[in-house]
Amino acid sequence: MAFYTGVFDSLGLREWCDADKQDGPLSMAQLLARKKAAEAGGDAQAAMDAISGPAPFPSLDELHRACDAVPRTRDFTSGAEQLFLDVKDPLKVVLDPITQPLSFLLDESLALFMWLPWYVLIPLLALLTWWATRSWKVLALVAASFLGMAFIDHYDYAVQTLSIVFVCTIFCVILGVPIGIAMARSDRLQGGLTPVLDMLQTLPTFVYLIPLIFLFSVTESKLYGIAIILYAIVPVIRLTNLGIRLVDRDVIEAADAFGMTSRQKLWGVQIPLALPNIMAGVNQTIMMSLAMVVIASLVSAPGLGVLVLRGIRNLELGVGLVSGLCIVLLAIVLDRSTKAALERIDRSER
Amino acid sequence: MTRPKVSIRGLYKIFGGDPERALAAVKRGMGKTELLESQGHVLGLQDINVDVAAGRITVIMGLSGSGKSTLIRHLNRLIEPTAGEILVDGEDVMKLGPRALLEMRKTRMSMVFQKFALFPHRTVLENAGASRRIRGETADVADREGRRWLERVGLAGYENAYPAQLSGGMQQRVGIARALTSDSDIMLMDEAFSALDPLIRTDMQDLLLALQTELHKTIVFITHDLDEALKLADHLVILKDGRVVQQGEPQEILLHPNDPYIVDFISDINRARVLRVRSVMERTQAPPEAAAGEIEENATLESVIALSGGDTGKVYRVMQDGAQTGVLHMQDLVRALVPTAASEDGLRAGAA
Ligand SMILES: Nc1ncnc2c1ncn2[C@@H]1O[C@H](COP(=O)(O)OP(=O)(O)OP(=O)(O)O)[C@@H](O)[C@H]1O
Ligand SMILES: [Mg+2]
Repeated sequence: MAFYTGVFDSLGLREWCDADKQDGPLSMAQLLARKKAAEAGGDAQAAMDAISGPAPFPSLDELHRACDAVPRTRDFTSGAEQLFLDVKDPLKVVLDPITQPLSFLLDESLALFMWLPWYVLIPLLALLTWWATRSWKVLALVAASFLGMAFIDHYDYAVQTLSIVFVCTIFCVILGVPIGIAMARSDRLQGGLTPVLDMLQTLPTFVYLIPLIFLFSVTESKLYGIAIILYAIVPVIRLTNLGIRLVDRDVIEAADAFGMTSRQKLWGVQIPLALPNIMAGVNQTIMMSLAMVVIASLVSAPGLGVLVLRGIRNLELGVGLVSGLCIVLLAIVLDRSTKAALERIDRSER
Repeated sequence: MTRPKVSIRGLYKIFGGDPERALAAVKRGMGKTELLESQGHVLGLQDINVDVAAGRITVIMGLSGSGKSTLIRHLNRLIEPTAGEILVDGEDVMKLGPRALLEMRKTRMSMVFQKFALFPHRTVLENAGASRRIRGETADVADREGRRWLERVGLAGYENAYPAQLSGGMQQRVGIARALTSDSDIMLMDEAFSALDPLIRTDMQDLLLALQTELHKTIVFITHDLDEALKLADHLVILKDGRVVQQGEPQEILLHPNDPYIVDFISDINRARVLRVRSVMERTQAPPEAAAGEIEENATLESVIALSGGDTGKVYRVMQDGAQTGVLHMQDLVRALVPTAASEDGLRAGAA
């Protein structure tokens, strides 16, 4: 006898409860209880009642025990799963083709970065740094970091990570800036998107991976690409929106008074004046994709994250620590160079 | 009289969710405070009728919150009116489509702002030529015109500086150059000199007057400063709580204020410096019997007092372009220096 049996009986629901009685699979707790009871040589049913104490909370599982027609909590989770599996196929038909470029670019970029020999790539990165920052200090930092990582044979992994961050950041900017602009232009869109962005930012990073694993095969690079982009795109969108909204209203009014079209205003006034904020968003996006790329190694993203994972899995403490330090180094390099570039924009503006 | 360049007819502006209903209440005679309390709407402007003469400076004056900025922004439709019409060269601005409205802003009106509102990411030269670039003219033309007007406002040599590198006065010169470069007939100036310190401000007023003798733009100038208004205005419009209290020639308003509000306003000014001989003289072609001398019609009373040495018995012959236009008795002059109380039969009341 379950605790709530009497309730169903007194409500005259017994018939409904037993309408299609069948012995569904037992839950883990029930199995454990049964085993315990068997060991103690007592009555299995009594033990099962005992697991929830004298007056258990009327949860789904508890009610189910009294009445079979009530679904169990497990039916809920499997229902959610079933729902997802049902929409999966149509979703895949749509998502597969439009995400194909992402896979392609991730793979090609990886191949390119790996194909370029170190004596070409490192100077190339140095040159890029110089072009963006015009700072000897940052340039020296970049060169020294990569040479150092190459020296301890972490160069390949670091470059793979860099390649992924690179591609994902480009996607984030291409998608995020227009979304941010649209948000700045419409209060309703801002109202609708803000909770979505909040959710994307607060969802634990692992949770992103779960539906993606079902949707795409683990061998496809877009799996981790999408996870990284979803997580890292938020700051670009937010700061583009903010940057455009913060443009001095007087200046916008002047633009209107002189008859600028909204396109002229966007490209000639709003985007240039929002640029420092947009760049700050890009900086954050880069840092967040770096964080995510490490976690994405769980779903076969190559790079330094793989080493960290190996460190954890095989308890190879040194491997994990050193590759972790390399990630920190990469983060510092990316942060310093984008910040220096940002400062240059700020200076030219004021 | 020639057709006014800009003509504002029965203009109302009410801020709030349901301006139409509030408008009906206002037309029934509800005031600004009452409207705000009972319906939560702000009465911006009510029943404004102003004619802006071509080639002259029309000054709109009022205290903070009186609706000056709201009014001037209606002229280029940065703000949409609740009711009324605005005619520019006889054409109703309210009937312009989006394209035609942009066209009007590009070619027929330019604007100078209180906080300068320059494009901070553009050089001084690019700012000055902005209106030309917006119109789609080539960089050559824009730079040439921009350079020309920068020179005219005294900023030659600063072409490649950024606005933030200039002082406030210099920035506003760029603002004026930007407006002039557009070559529009109408210039709207919203408290253009209010953010500048007094000395620079006087300089800028002189600059504007100098430019005006040459260019004859139709200028609508907004200020809350009576001295500035009297110095610049050909036609003065006084605004209070969104209503025109009095408008007319500034000298007339000084001598015949029709509202206690205006009396208050003008009680502190130095009348001797502002009033002109022509406003207080007796108009007659007959030569006076014992003229102490000849003076100009547009001379200030201050200069005449200095000339007379303070003798109130003297009589002067007033001349303009070599002919006598009137006679000034020093007694009249002294009488005009005493502030007038509001005259109920004010000459040109609000909707004249
Ligand atoms: N967008 C708006 N929404 C609601 N009320 C407004 C709005 N713009 C102006 N007002 C109100 O209209 C009135 C006139 O404002 P306006 O800015 O035209 O005054 P102003 O004479 O230019 O004052 P100032 O000298 O301070 O610039 C004020 O009471 C103001 O609160
Ligand atoms: Mg104002």
